[in-house]
Amino acid sequence: MIIVGEKINTSRRNIAEAVERRDHSYVAEVAREQAEAGAHYIDVNAGACLEQEAECLCWLVETVQSEVDLPLCLDSPNPRALSEAMKHHRGEPMINSISLEAERFQPLLPVVTSQPCHVVALCMGETAMPTTVEDRVEVGAELINRLTDAGIPLEKIYVDPLVKPVSVDTQMGIATLGAIARIMNDFPGVNTICGLSNISFGLPERRLINHSFLALCLSYGLSAVILDPTDKKLMATLLAVEMLLNRDEYCDNFITAYEARRISDG
Amino acid sequence: MTDLKALTESVIKGDIGTATTETQHAVETGHNPQDILDKGLIGAMDEVGESFSKGKIFIPQMLRSAKTMQECMKVLEPLFQKGDITSKGKVIIGTVKGDLHDIGKNLVSMMMEGAGFTMFDLGVNASPERFVQKAQEIEPDIVAMSALLSTTMPSMRQTIEALKQASIRGKVKVMIGGAPVTEKYAREIEADCYAPDAGSAVIKAKGILGIA
Repeated sequence: MIIVGEKINTSRRNIAEAVERRDHSYVAEVAREQAEAGAHYIDVNAGACLEQEAECLCWLVETVQSEVDLPLCLDSPNPRALSEAMKHHRGEPMINSISLEAERFQPLLPVVTSQPCHVVALCMGETAMPTTVEDRVEVGAELINRLTDAGIPLEKIYVDPLVKPVSVDTQMGIATLGAIARIMNDFPGVNTICGLSNISFGLPERRLINHSFLALCLSYGLSAVILDPTDKKLMATLLAVEMLLNRDEYCDNFITAYEARRISDG
Repeated sequence: MTDLKALTESVIKGDIGTATTETQHAVETGHNPQDILDKGLIGAMDEVGESFSKGKIFIPQMLRSAKTMQECMKVLEPLFQKGDITSKGKVIIGTVKGDLHDIGKNLVSMMMEGAGFTMFDLGVNASPERFVQKAQEIEPDIVAMSALLSTTMPSMRQTIEALKQASIRGKVKVMIGGAPVTEKYAREIEADCYAPDAGSAVIKAKGILGIA
């Protein structure tokens, strides 16, 4: 299970303000916390910087990698911001994300094939968002084929089935889950990834919903997840569910985490 | 004539069965269709929108009420002569060029329709040219734009520029919204207002048109 730490995102006010004043130690601290909590990649997103996105993203890459020795997940729909950020990145980044949208696929393909990297393939179609499991699988399959044709190994592709809120349509949970299962089944060796917060948009008790969604995604075969690793309860759920799915020999990870007081405070 | 309280309550609750029955009942007991629409249906949706803005109800309840109103409209529409329904105003709405996200836009459109506005939905990936073309065709009161990606927000600025070039900007009010959009950005691109959600979009729309 690959964990991408989501906290360094300028859609969060404290991060946006820290980026604006170029507060190295604040951002470095948030990166360090996530690394210590078990993140394998640190996501960085400077979308709220608008026209300054590329510059801000580069600053985030340098700041985070000066503090932690981890690869980053470069989170932007902007090809220029991504290619600039990749030049500053040490090691192999994850690019979040490419999709079939007309204004995204063509400009981003050379970016993701310019150097070794992992690629998140978002199931967004050319003209519309997917509705059903079938829509998602169709777009996902197309993306996988185009990316592998372009030389990207299957294991470095992370298909994001696109999570929509259940508040708007109560079928959106199972639409995502069904897509995860189908993609993992149809393309053995590929990865799937998603974030948790979209599912609960527009409802109260979002934490509860997100945590429950994580458990379901894992049981349907999700292999990577974008979340807040400093959320102790969330990580505890992840460990418990992995163990329940027979992915924790002798329950070792769970017990070790318990003994290190990472499962609960008591 | 019975009062319209039972109708209003059933729309607020999202009870389609009771609402459509009450609508029929109101018609049969002599209520004027425009009155049923204004006091029974739009009145209910105004309350729903306000409750949502205040965080008292959530998206699913808002959707349910909007769908209930739509079902009641099916009962009422045949009773209006063509073009006779009094509208609060004409609104063009769309997600801007390069952006395919439509959930927020659809919620706003639904709530504005529930409030009595006549909506012209351009869908997603709507270029400045399409906004201008539609505006020339139907002469709206409001042009509403949605964007969910910070990279597509510049299309909002471009659309306002296109409206200026076509000498339409002075004749319409421009509203913008979407997750990365802010009040500050609205001021920067000289939009008339910004709304953070579907409930406040209705309130703001009425505000900029100076209507109740």
